[in-house]
Amino acid sequence: MLAGRLVNDIIASLWRVAVGFVLSAVLGIPTGLWLGQHIHARHAFLPLLNFFRFLSPLAWIPFAILWFHIGDKPAFFLIFMATFFPLVLATMSAVATIPSIYFRVAQDYHYQGLELLRKVTFPAVLPQVITALRVSYGIAWVVIVAAEMVGCQDGLGYGIWEARNGLRLDSAVCYMMVIGLLGMGIDRLLYQLTKLPNVRWGYER
Amino acid sequence: MYAGVMKDNRSVSRLQLEKVSHSFGQVSVLHDLSLVVNHGEVVVLVGPSGCGKSTILNVLSGHIIPLSGLVRSEGVVRTIHQQDGLFPWLTVSENIAMGLRSMKDTAHRTKEVSELINLVHLEGFEHHYPHQLSGGMRQRVELARVLAGDSDILLMDEPFSALDYQSRLRMRRELIRLLQLRLRTVVFVTHDIEEAAQLADRVLVLSGRPATISCELLIDAPRPRDLTDNAVIEAMKKILKELGL
Ligand SMILES: Nc1ncnc2c1ncn2[C@@H]1O[C@H](COP(=O)(O)OP(=O)(O)O)[C@@H](O)[C@H]1O
Ligand SMILES: [Mg+2]
Repeated sequence: MLAGRLVNDIIASLWRVAVGFVLSAVLGIPTGLWLGQHIHARHAFLPLLNFFRFLSPLAWIPFAILWFHIGDKPAFFLIFMATFFPLVLATMSAVATIPSIYFRVAQDYHYQGLELLRKVTFPAVLPQVITALRVSYGIAWVVIVAAEMVGCQDGLGYGIWEARNGLRLDSAVCYMMVIGLLGMGIDRLLYQLTKLPNVRWGYER
Repeated sequence: MYAGVMKDNRSVSRLQLEKVSHSFGQVSVLHDLSLVVNHGEVVVLVGPSGCGKSTILNVLSGHIIPLSGLVRSEGVVRTIHQQDGLFPWLTVSENIAMGLRSMKDTAHRTKEVSELINLVHLEGFEHHYPHQLSGGMRQRVELARVLAGDSDILLMDEPFSALDYQSRLRMRRELIRLLQLRLRTVVFVTHDIEEAAQLADRVLVLSGRPATISCELLIDAPRPRDLTDNAVIEAMKKILKELGL
């Protein structure tokens, strides 16, 4: 019974983090690439990005609940808000540090437009993007606990909240251990990305 | 047997600068520089560091539009840059295949890549990444990449200067061998006088800034030339004298 409840909470939390995180990666990485290549856009948007990066995602909780009520959606939203800005910023600054020699060579061999972005800019920053993904996944996993305490009726965060209300500290510790171990496990999975042959160069020498 | 396989209809390639001047801000780097590089010729530019050699290559390749003067180039230009120019996220084969991007037939392209790999003696390293290779091997990949496909003119900016002395000697021989198999027009920049004397049909000694051609030296001894060949020693003497060393 309790085990069933725990499994249910684990699945709920993993699902919320996965959706919010994938959404933010799918939108954030291209945005970062684009901003990295356009210096004017970068200057225009940098203050805004920094503002939101320093605004704790938890500050969005009132709006999350107002707009999305209780359930998965406020959690998706909070995870997205927590990870989107760091990802954009990390990708953007990675683009800005690409050695200009790569673009010179790309020009010699006539890479342009979208192909330049896909075949030069993106692979050149991929090692740093993978690092950024690991860091922002860490943020997401921290935020999901707080998000579920107030915005959901299940999930690992909600489990801790319930344990607190019932003064069941043993149950709270059990949940804490699951959160820590799952977080580590998924980071191990993301770490596997750094073993892809075409990003190894970014982690050596 | 390679020369002409790719380009039977190789057009005549040629480079020309006419009264080219360029400056970066207040610093005048090129002043009224004129030079012609003919089809199949190996021209070596020698000069002290900072005199504007890279700038000349950048003007020839079109990366820099000079403030005044005329630049004319006929043929497909490829450059080996002073810094490491291989893409680290691509394998040896993939880097070389960049030189064949205009070739649409993939089967033909694969065959050509493996021919080039044999040509530069990198069999077995097709799927290695640049960071897994030695400096000399990376330069071989660069050579294969610029030689691939329809290139006519090679601009080389101190391509071997990061290598140790023995690899440098070996790569010079390698370059000469490759050029005998696949004829190209070459402008080679170096500060290494030996290198100039061993490689060049014509050496242009640059001096000072703004860079001016202070001496032009024809070397018509056949290649490969040993370091101890008379022609090489004579040429080195003249270059040293010209540089005031
Ligand atoms: N992009 C640039 N901006 C300003 N100065 C430059 C630039 N590129 C080269 N220079 C200057 O022009 C001079 C010639 O440079 P370069 O052609 O690289 O010399 P070399 O290749 O002969 O060592 C140097 O004094 C250098 O500082
Ligand atoms: Mg230079």
